[in-house]
Parts: sequence; structure tokens; C-alpha cells
Amino acid sequence: KCYQTKRSQKKDTNRANIIGLISFDGSVLYLSVHEDTVIRLHCCAVEVFFGCAFIAFGPSFALFVFTIAKDPLRVIILIAGAFFWLLSLLLSSLVWFIAIKASNSQDLTLQRGLLIFGVFFSVLLQEVFRFAYYRLLRKATEGLAAISDDDGSAISVRQMAYVAGLGFGIMSGAFSMINILSDSLGPGTVGIFGDSQYYFITAALMTLALTLLHTFWGVVFFEGCEKSRWWVIAAVVSLHLLVAGLSLLNPLYEGSLPPVYVITLATGVWAFFSSGGSLHSLSALCTRRKAEGESS
Amino acid sequence: MRLLQLWAFDFCQLLFMNTSDSEEDSYNERSALVQSESPTIPSYNQDHDMSLPQETDSKRRRPVSSGLDEPGPVERERASTPDGEEEELTLKYGAKHVIMLFIPVTLCMVVVVATIKSVSFYTEKSSQRLIYTPFEEDPNSVGQRLLNSFLNTIVMISVIVVMTIILVVLYKYRCYKFIHGWLILSSLMLLFWFSFMYLGEVFKTYNVAMDYPTLVMIIWNFGVVGMICIHWKGPLRLQQAYLIVISALMALIFIKYLPEWSAWVILGAISIYDLIAVLCPKGPLRMLVETAQERNEPIFPALIYSSAMVWMVGMADSSNPGSGESFTIIYKYFFPQDNEMLWVKLGLGDFIFYSVLVGKAAATGGDWNTTLACFVAILIGLCLTLLLLAIFKKALPALPISITFGLVFYFSTDNLVRPFMDSLAAHQYYI
Repeated sequence: KCYQTKRSQKKDTNRANIIGLISFDGSVLYLSVHEDTVIRLHCCAVEVFFGCAFIAFGPSFALFVFTIAKDPLRVIILIAGAFFWLLSLLLSSLVWFIAIKASNSQDLTLQRGLLIFGVFFSVLLQEVFRFAYYRLLRKATEGLAAISDDDGSAISVRQMAYVAGLGFGIMSGAFSMINILSDSLGPGTVGIFGDSQYYFITAALMTLALTLLHTFWGVVFFEGCEKSRWWVIAAVVSLHLLVAGLSLLNPLYEGSLPPVYVITLATGVWAFFSSGGSLHSLSALCTRRKAEGESS
Repeated sequence: MRLLQLWAFDFCQLLFMNTSDSEEDSYNERSALVQSESPTIPSYNQDHDMSLPQETDSKRRRPVSSGLDEPGPVERERASTPDGEEEELTLKYGAKHVIMLFIPVTLCMVVVVATIKSVSFYTEKSSQRLIYTPFEEDPNSVGQRLLNSFLNTIVMISVIVVMTIILVVLYKYRCYKFIHGWLILSSLMLLFWFSFMYLGEVFKTYNVAMDYPTLVMIIWNFGVVGMICIHWKGPLRLQQAYLIVISALMALIFIKYLPEWSAWVILGAISIYDLIAVLCPKGPLRMLVETAQERNEPIFPALIYSSAMVWMVGMADSSNPGSGESFTIIYKYFFPQDNEMLWVKLGLGDFIFYSVLVGKAAATGGDWNTTLACFVAILIGLCLTLLLLAIFKKALPALPISITFGLVFYFSTDNLVRPFMDSLAAHQYYI
């Protein structure tokens, strides 16, 4: 994000009297607007990088460290989930690529239409692969129970659902965000062709929402498959399509970000209740904390 | 200086090639996640071979001479167990050992990718080539380039095969001292020369002013501690760290000096070779394993990433002092009644080639998605290989599945996924 820090009156006889870029040394941009005037814009590259990285990956990293890292089986399921998401992306990119190559590359509206088709097809394929991963995990449950730790605590389907969802989310977030993060380290100017100034932060926020959404969808989806409630699966698929569709409204960020966060919150609540939580357990958690706090 | 470097490098290469063969063999067997008592030679060794053939030899020698009774008791113990129990033990430790392999592989890749992305030396194309890839790749003609890369691969693989056969012959005729010396010479080269080069390039990148006395002290300490840890005794974590570092150094050398297309073809060819050498009855690696088993000697524990259990097993098994086993990523099937330890070995060469793949993915194009995709693919391949190991319970090659996945994902992500994700990012569409 570039903002103006100060306006300095400089006599710079070597500069031409043009409005334009003089120099960019990696963090400071000099623009000449007049013979005597140089505007100095400060682009905070490293701050943008760290801010966006923590927004996008902070919660998922925390979830990983606190719930996944200690258990080797969960780590394996996480990475396999990431692999399945990657497979779905690969196949949908293949389809999109074939469509692109078969069409006229000069027709921009057609290209855009094909990209939108690619988005929706990719969403559908992701859900198909989520279902495939569910089937694989169910089949392997007995085997997994055998290779789990000494105390014999096998991993439950609900835990697998959470871990699988998180795997999908982390991989999806990483693929959306990592290139953008590395570009944000600079040098560069945001929105030099008139695009929005808020590119990085909205990308980070959207990535965060999608990561959390994938986790919640994983929980809900597996639960729906377990109980054979097909309306749940249909709901997850349509929610995913809705979120992808809302992202098509970008760069009109008011139209995409708030609704997506509302959906994230709602899905989070749904996942909480679907995985066995209740208001009672929440209040029990609070009172137990209080009791533990009082006793200690 | 350049000439000397080239000569030294070629010398190393020669050494490596020799060692690598042996190491490759050793780790091919090993990298097959052997659950048997025979240690899988870490891919480390292979890579190590590239740089320090001597090292691998010496490393391998050491285990052979030191752990004479190792295979015996382990085998006997295994035989005495009822099958069901064995099965349970095998599976019980599966997940933990997968993670124990994931962590060093990940660390090695992280070191390689971090270096590739920051130090430009390893991505600059130089006119120097390894003597093992004599054909120059002409960027202008696709057919010629493809042909030359195949020829380079043939040369490289045949050198590796010859080296492996020499190693098997040396081992058969018990020329342990020779292999030992070879290994030590190769570790010397790796720990002193290559790390000096690496440090020099890092200083150049970050424009750090350094005087020679300080540099000599740093390199001297690094090298000597490394030699002690690798060839004698040292804290476990330090040994592991040194193994990771030397694998990364080796991988970086490969990334720098192998021509573009040749590197990819060589990766594919070496996984095929690994498959053949370990699984075919007349394969050199298999012969090595069988010879070692006949003599009741452990197979080349040198250059293996070691886990803490090595020392404990070493103490429990009187014929096996821990030092020789120090580098092995050992999953040694130890079958005590109350103290069960399941060991798996992964060769150093496997580490090196995994890191070469991920490093090349990071070097070409600068796209992080490709690097991440290759990383996940390799980890999943390793997981599948370990699963196969748990099912088949014999020496398996660790390279083929991971390298295949890695190659498939590299080319498809680079050509298909990248334009898709770039278009999505340009419009800020999210899938």
C-alpha cells in the first residue's frame, strides 16, 4: 500500500518537467510533479509482507501447532488432504487449459468466461475430491487404528474430518497467497494501472476466510456423509459455489468480503453444532474454566 | 582459483561417483525403507556419493566392520516372533516413523530452497560442467538438446552403475580399508571445500565483509566437528544436523552443475535404476544386501540419518558400537520383549535427490506454487513407500514413487496450474 508521507521542495535541475516516476529504490518512490516538487511515497514492503502473511496464515498455523503437530497420524492425514486438494486443482487446471487452447485467445470476454467456468468447475472438482478423500479415510480407518500410538487411541471420523478440512484449507490458502506474498516483498507499486490499492490486504482476508471455510466444510461434509444426509453435501457444495461466485465480484470488495465472512461465521457455528458441540458444552467449558481458575 | 575449483570439483565428482555408486547401492537398498535388520542406505549416501564418494564408502565400511553381529540377532529375533505380533509391531510404529522421516527431508528441502532463492550463485549457469555430463545442451535446437540430455543421462547412469559394481566387488573382497579411506576423503571434501564455497557465496550475496582468519576458524571448526560427528561419536541432533547440511550441499552442487534438461532426465533415470538395482535378483544393491547378510554384517550404516534409538540399540547389542550407525536413519527391527524399537533406514542419496528435485523446481521460474506442489508430492510418495514397506517387509527403493510424483507434479503445475492460478490472482477470483 502506497501512501504519501511528505511533500518536499527540491530543486532538481536534472529532472525533466514531467509527471512521472523518477526512481524507486525498493522502498521509496520518487514522483516528480513539477520542476521544483518531488513527492516521496513510502511503500512499506516488509510490513505488508508480514501483515498479510500473519492475517492469511496465522489462524491455520495456530490450529496446526496446537491440534495437529503433536500427533503424527494427524500430520499424515493433513498432508494427504493437501495432496487431494492439489490433485483436484491439477485436473481443473487441465480442463481450463484445454479450453483456453481450443478457443480464440484474442477474444477477451470469451477468455474471462472460460476463467469463470474454470472457477466453478474447480469448485465442483474440489468437492468431488473431498468426497473421494472421505471414502479413502473410511476404508483406511481400520488400518489407521492399527498404526496409531501405543495407547490404542484410534482417530475418530470427526477428528479426521477436521484435519482433512484443514489440509484442504491450508493448501488452498497457500496456493492463493504465496506468490502474492513473495511479490509483496517488493520492489513494486500497487495499483499502478489504476487497480485497487487494497490488493494485498483483501487477498489475505479472503485467503483466511477460505481456509476457515474449508475446515468447517470438511467437518460438516464428513458428518453429512457419515449420517447419509445428502442435503448437507448439497449445502456445502452450493455454499462453496456461492463463495466462489462472490469472489467474482472483486474488486468490489464490499460485495465480496463481508458476505464471505458472514458465511464463514455461519458455517463455523454449523460445524460446531454438527460435530457435537452445544450451548451446554460451551457454558460447561466456561464454568469449568472458572472453577479451575478459582481452585488454582 | 577457478581452475583449481574445477579440478577439485571434478576430483570430488570422481570420488563421489565412486562413493555414490556404493552409497547408492547401499541407500537404494536402504532407502527402500527396509524393515529388516539390514539398514537402508540413506539417500544421503547417494548424494553424499556425489560429493564424497569416499565418505560413503568409509561410512559404509564402518558399519560393516563394527556391527558384525547386528544382522544376526535381529534376524533371529525376528524369526522367533510370531507373525501376528510382528505385524502389529510393524504397524504400530508406522505413523511415528513416517514423521521421523518427514522432518529431516523437509529440513533438507527448506535449506536447499532457501539457498536457491537467496544466493544467486547456485542458479547461475556456468560454462563448467561435470565430467559426468559431457554433452553441452544447446538451447537453440530442441531435438539436439533432448538428445544431448539423454546422452548425458546415459553417461551418468553408467558411471553410477560401474561405481556400484566396483563397490560391490570391493565389499565382496573385503577391501574395507580402501572404502573407509575413500569415505573419509569424500567427507573431508564435502565438509571443508564445499562449505567454504557455500559460505563464500552467502557472504557475497549479503555483501558481508569477512577476513580470512575468521573464515578459516569458522570452516575449520565446522569441518572438524563434522568429521568427528560423522565418523566417530557426537550428539545425535548434531549428527542429524550435519547429515542434513551435507545432503543440502550436495544437492546444491547438483543443481548448479547439472544442465537443465539433463537434470530432469537424470532424476527419472536414477529412480528407474533404483527400482532395478534393489528389486531385481541380480541387481548390485541386492547382491550387496545379500553378501552383508551372509556375513552377518550390517549393511553400510554410514551416511545414514540416525535417530536416538541407535545408541540404545548399540548398547543393547554388544557387537554393535554406536559410532558406525550414527548417520543411519535407522529403523532397525529390534525385537526385545519389553523394549520394542522399530527401525527404518533412509539413504542419504534419497535426501539429496528429493532436494535436487525441489531445488530445481524453485530455481526455474520463481513460482512458489510449483515448489510447494513438488514438496507435497515428494512427502506423499515417501508416505506411500513407507506404507508399502509396512506391507511387504523387505527392502524397497525409496526414490521411484516420490520422484515420479515429484516430476509429474512439477511439469503439470508449471505448465497447467501456474497460468490458471496467475489468471485467478490477477482478477482476484478465489476457488
